[in-house]
Amino acid sequence: MTTTKTVQPPKPPAGGGGLGNAAKTVLRSRWIGPVGLFLGAIAPILIATPYAMNVMTSALIFVMLAVGLNIVVGQCGLLDLGYAAFFAVGAYTSGILATRLHWPLLATIPAVIVVTVLAGIVVGGPTLRLRSDYLAIVTLGFGEIIRVTANNLSITGGPEGIYGIPSLSVAGVDLSNSVVFYYVVLVIVAAAVLGANRLIRSRLGRAWRFIREDEDAAEAMGVHTYRVKMAAYIAGAVWGGLAGVLFGAQLSAISPASFTFLQSALVLMAVVLGGMGSTPGVVIGALFVTMLPEALRGLSDYRYFAFGALLIIVMVLRPQGLWPARTREPARTARRSATFDGEVRIR
Amino acid sequence: MSALLDVADLHLAFGGVKAVDGLSFQVHEAEIVSVIGPNGAGKTSAFNCITGFYRATSGAITIAGTDVTRLRPSAVAARGVSRTFQNVRLFGDLPVLDNVRAGTHLWLRQNVFDALLHTPRYRRTEQVATDEAHRWLDFVGLRADRTGPARALPYGEQRRVEIARALARHPKLLLLDEPAAGLNHNEKLELLELIRRIRDLGIAIVLIEHDMGLVMEVSQRVVVLNFGREIADGSPEAVRRDPAVIEAYLGSDDEPAAETGDHEPATATGDGERPTETRDGERVAETGDGEPSGEIDREAGADA
Repeated sequence: MTTTKTVQPPKPPAGGGGLGNAAKTVLRSRWIGPVGLFLGAIAPILIATPYAMNVMTSALIFVMLAVGLNIVVGQCGLLDLGYAAFFAVGAYTSGILATRLHWPLLATIPAVIVVTVLAGIVVGGPTLRLRSDYLAIVTLGFGEIIRVTANNLSITGGPEGIYGIPSLSVAGVDLSNSVVFYYVVLVIVAAAVLGANRLIRSRLGRAWRFIREDEDAAEAMGVHTYRVKMAAYIAGAVWGGLAGVLFGAQLSAISPASFTFLQSALVLMAVVLGGMGSTPGVVIGALFVTMLPEALRGLSDYRYFAFGALLIIVMVLRPQGLWPARTREPARTARRSATFDGEVRIR
Repeated sequence: MSALLDVADLHLAFGGVKAVDGLSFQVHEAEIVSVIGPNGAGKTSAFNCITGFYRATSGAITIAGTDVTRLRPSAVAARGVSRTFQNVRLFGDLPVLDNVRAGTHLWLRQNVFDALLHTPRYRRTEQVATDEAHRWLDFVGLRADRTGPARALPYGEQRRVEIARALARHPKLLLLDEPAAGLNHNEKLELLELIRRIRDLGIAIVLIEHDMGLVMEVSQRVVVLNFGREIADGSPEAVRRDPAVIEAYLGSDDEPAAETGDHEPATATGDGERPTETRDGERVAETGDGEPSGEIDREAGADA
């Protein structure tokens, strides 16, 4: 039998006019990724001042952070208040290798991945045995430990940090021009968003969500919850660390002041504001959190007041986030295969 | 021939409270065994020991010859054990299909690189998981929408999804913790038939259940617990005539007769810790009166 009699097509959500529904159809389709990339690609054509390029590049790096934290918080349900620690580990690893050992920035990436994986294991090892509130507090502590360590070691340059980090270059071609650098970051961040989304839609990503929904039930179905949580933590650490490499390349200088608790809180805010667990949501959330203060520059002294007020308004009006994760599975993944026979077998 | 599940002299204590106190029983392939007893008798505690959620104070649990006493729940599951929970525990915000795909986690071979690169193996395994979910949802007879979140389903349907999820694991042994609780008459009849169909697949079933009609109808063997101790183990007919069982449910002769059939059977059985539902009183009367089996309909009706 290949009938799908019991599988109804997804009902369009109530409310919204015909145009709204049409827009929703496009936004919910698999084209949303390419559309987003296209918008990112034409942005410099519309505005390409060095200032705008700088803001947009920062926003993209922030998107990468938010997508990484979304794996940990949005998918796996592990509240991490010290996420900036992994951002710092990546930035410092790459910065130290590039300035002290004169490695090209690209060559530091494998080392950054190794170090952030280790950092994920070291931080996650003891903390992931804890649940909810306790985990949040311990990750907060670890975040501060990393920052204070960077502030006090000589190899990390102490409070001044590391400066003179070279920009990205490929085969001798310098990519430091602000527009070129923007496009390089766009490609890398797009790949990171795609990669995170693919992990989310795999067996591993499902296991993350099972843990978020009910850790005991997940364990009963054979999900080794400790290992799977560790995988989420490591994935988050790698995404954060690679964002750190881009951060160092963009600013050419890093210091402990860039990796404070406020940074962790802002990334978390992007995730919550955009819609926990929703990839397009956290991308929008990250853009919102980074671009809005710039858009509000006209208000000068009242800028952050207006920013705070807008955040409160958004969360009151849309507590589920700007673009919440869908709870309804699209028909294309719910389809039975053409050879479906309906016969049950126990291996 | 060794048993599929062998529980030997199991003890579990929480401080001074002995939740399970020397329980031993065996389950063989494709056998349906019920574990009954007054509330607080230690049934769910024993389940939690077997599935690794509680660590036994002493004793041994063996599954198909392997000692699983000290294993974590996921490792016990990896040895072919699936369970449902007393209070349905689905992944509420996830689509129904995803809930059942959870059962495939242990045997679906897909790694991170398959996922990142969308290899042919990724596409194939994802389709296998989807087909498998549909297959078991068909098997349990889920009529409701499968793409929506599980928490949107009515209670009876959620119970079906939970069983489908456990079956998608392809277990050798399935532990059902009060699957009939909260089901109406018709749903109970369907459950009865479903349990038999599961057994016919070659899966052994251990059932904790308060619905005596269902227990007597479906079980090949009944294990009776009281105060964490096993007081009887035998065929449904033998167990219902067992004086120790009758005493556990009705209380001994020296207690006031008024307590046996009324709203407080827990007091009569000396349980005293958790209140027992009033229904138990009715069942107790029927179990003890020596009537022949075939009372499923009336039993289920009384509970509905």
